[in-house]
Amino acid sequence: MHERAGYVLCPFVLDFIETPIGPIPRVATTISLRDRWGTLGARTGVIRRNYKVSPGCYAVGSPGPQSPVLVTANYKLSFDALRLRLSGIDAWLLVIDTRGINVWCAAGKGSFSTDEVVQSVHRYRIGELVGHRELILPQLAATGVAAQGVRKGCGFTVLFGPVRSADLPAYLRQGKRCSEAMREATFTLAERAVLIPVELFLLAKPLLYLVGIVLLLSGIGPSVFSPAAALHRGGILLTATVLGIVGGAVLTPLLLPWLPGRQFWMKGLAANLPVALGGWALSAPRLVPVEQMALVLWIAATGSYLAMNFTGSTPFTSPSGVEYEMRRGLPAQMVAAGLALALWLAGPFC
Amino acid sequence: MHGYRYIDGVATLQVDRPRCIGCGNCVEVCPHRIFSLASGQLEVKDADLCMECGACACNCPVQVITVSPGVGCAVAILSAWVNRLLGRKALSGCC
Repeated sequence: MHERAGYVLCPFVLDFIETPIGPIPRVATTISLRDRWGTLGARTGVIRRNYKVSPGCYAVGSPGPQSPVLVTANYKLSFDALRLRLSGIDAWLLVIDTRGINVWCAAGKGSFSTDEVVQSVHRYRIGELVGHRELILPQLAATGVAAQGVRKGCGFTVLFGPVRSADLPAYLRQGKRCSEAMREATFTLAERAVLIPVELFLLAKPLLYLVGIVLLLSGIGPSVFSPAAALHRGGILLTATVLGIVGGAVLTPLLLPWLPGRQFWMKGLAANLPVALGGWALSAPRLVPVEQMALVLWIAATGSYLAMNFTGSTPFTSPSGVEYEMRRGLPAQMVAAGLALALWLAGPFC
Repeated sequence: MHGYRYIDGVATLQVDRPRCIGCGNCVEVCPHRIFSLASGQLEVKDADLCMECGACACNCPVQVITVSPGVGCAVAILSAWVNRLLGRKALSGCC
């Protein structure tokens, strides 16, 4: 009935609800295998930049004119996080165009904005769909959306709901009230662990360049260039790089609250200290002392740098703080990496 | 946010308390719960927990809260530095 030439129905759409403003797609509140594959793709980074749903109005359950309107971003993971928590609830979902970026990042960077909410309410005729004048937004959208601006722009009152969509059913049951816990950002072990694959995926390209550079530099020696040394010493240095990545982009996120220090570059050093010592112990028999020193410095520098990069994935680092620690951490990392390079190059001549 | 503290004394959060009308918007939207209202008077309980997201300032109807908002991300700051150095404007390489 709702077939249109050239269009394919989204797999998460169950059917359509007839409303005064036309048919509205009703979406599933259970996860499908296809959703799971999509989540895997987005979480590993393969399709992270283009994992979207079309902006517009959707429905869950059997909503009517008095049902709540829940607003979210058009990143598919955000959309899923919302709809999959709504089984047994009748509501309208207003998905606004954030260019496929999640709520928190889109609000911070201006695409989940007061204007976008106001325009979406007009464009998708929400005022004709419902009798009330309330929009429920995720609390983390408050960075980009001014409640008073939305009221001025379209007459709707913004209610900031809980931080996590998992708390939405309780929030709605309690008469749209949040407990303190629902309003506070968290960063649990599971929330940190799920970020690791993307961090690693983003390193694949720089790592590829690094392989070439490392092989080239490792082959330089008394005989100008030795392919055998390039492979042997290059292999060791690449292994050390992988160890640095493990320390900085895997161990640091996992151990974050327990690592000493406030600054992430120092936390990275702490996480990489045992890693560097382990790497040193394993490779020491095959290397001269200057090379051993180079290896330890290199693992420390890469781990510290990657730990510093993880600031961008946390919900508690202020930009002023990140800039403060970068002015200290970055020079230290550059000195360590430079020294590592010089010692590594000096190795064959010792 | 239990178990986490970032660097002390750097957040740019400022509140002009005499002009506050006590509406409570900031108390509600802060994801680190740093504000409280006691008999209509706004208190900043712990300014060092501020991550400068700007939600409070954005939702303050009388603009008494100022904070220099931004993304606390090393990659974003680094690319901004590089862009400034090269005289470019575009921000790239981030979420």
